[in-house]
Amino acid sequence: MSPVLQFSAVSRVHGSGPTEVHALRAVDLEIQEGEMVAVMGPSGSGKSTLLHLAGGLDTPTSGAVRVVGEDMGSMGLQERAALRRRHVGYVFQDFNLIPALTALENVMLPLELDGTATREARVAGLAALEEVGLENLGGRFPDDMSGGQAQRVAIARALVGPRRLVLADEPTGALDSVTGEAVMRTLRARVESGAAGLLVTHDARHAAWADRTVFLRDGVVVDSTGSAAGPETLLGVQA
Amino acid sequence: MSVRQGFLALLSEQPMHGYQLRQEFERRTGGTWPLNIGQAYSTLTRLERDGLIEPAQPLPDGGDAPLAYRLTDLGRTQAAEWWDTPVDRGAPARDELAIKLALAVTVRADGHPVDVARMVQRQRTATMTVLQDYTRLKREASDDLAWSLVLDSLVFATEAELRWLDHVEASVLRASWPRTVQREQAAHADAETADSTGATEPKQTVR
Repeated sequence: MSPVLQFSAVSRVHGSGPTEVHALRAVDLEIQEGEMVAVMGPSGSGKSTLLHLAGGLDTPTSGAVRVVGEDMGSMGLQERAALRRRHVGYVFQDFNLIPALTALENVMLPLELDGTATREARVAGLAALEEVGLENLGGRFPDDMSGGQAQRVAIARALVGPRRLVLADEPTGALDSVTGEAVMRTLRARVESGAAGLLVTHDARHAAWADRTVFLRDGVVVDSTGSAAGPETLLGVQA
Repeated sequence: MSVRQGFLALLSEQPMHGYQLRQEFERRTGGTWPLNIGQAYSTLTRLERDGLIEPAQPLPDGGDAPLAYRLTDLGRTQAAEWWDTPVDRGAPARDELAIKLALAVTVRADGHPVDVARMVQRQRTATMTVLQDYTRLKREASDDLAWSLVLDSLVFATEAELRWLDHVEASVLRASWPRTVQREQAAHADAETADSTGATEPKQTVR
């Protein structure tokens, strides 16, 4: 099965000549279904560029970005937008819910934009809210929700219907540590039940909820954690 | 010390014998600090010697049933004091990583400086792997508050090491800049301070 997200030797150069900036250099990255990958690195290391490229908001100077096996570089603008709507969801630091819409309407919105009938979108929206444990808050407006609830609505929206790739940009940045952890737990559970997640964060504690962490520096992947040897060996704990 | 105080805390609930104490201690701290039974009994011996615990009832005639202990008044006072007293951290343990880094920035092995950036990154990856492992344990421990909190203490300590590594890396990078750049940076910082002072304070304070 092809990875949900695949970067093959992706480079992105901004500007040219003496002012050119290599935001990413020959980055390879694959995220499979059920897998969450965290990207860490200092400011200016290329994290945002990576996220934009993954979401089809930017195109690589060279190399290929594939979402569900389709090369976004070979597509026209409209085609790319359609792919994005159908397969890619975002979770931002400040939730980005539409305040005039209820939680359920926020979650249904991407499906309706893509032409899904309201009734069908409603069923999918309720299912997505249930996945994040908010089936009873569908009628609430974002302003009447806590930060943690709002972010869970955003996670539901990101993975509503057939969408399988969630791109999360500092999703816990605006939340206290216990709420942030609950959000990571939700994100993790959603990814495990059949999506792929790319998480950009400064927070090592939250990055640790991913299966692996990729370290970016000056646009280059300098290192990556592998899959663990098994936590049981850490503490002498009998599992 | 924590075993001793831990036993007093557990005995403040009810009298227990050594085997039971060991079991409860491990269960309630999530098995993070396994105790062997010898350690449990030697702790009890010392607590009894110090007058903090006593046998809960006289031994039955010729019986070899396990001996249950209860707190004395002094023991009860000490158990209560423990909750009220901050833990003394004592002198910091000798940390190999801190020592290694301190030496790395000064030692020139065969005339070459040590590649500190590479060292930091390797450590970061290793420490991050440990953090992932603790987090994986946390994922499975969601219903067990005591165990979860013990894991959190390890998670936060590991996170602190990662933050410190970021700081080390940035500091080493800054120290490696040519002196002119450092001077410019310092001048830039001064100018910013002056700007912000100028913006927030009335003009007459500027000479």
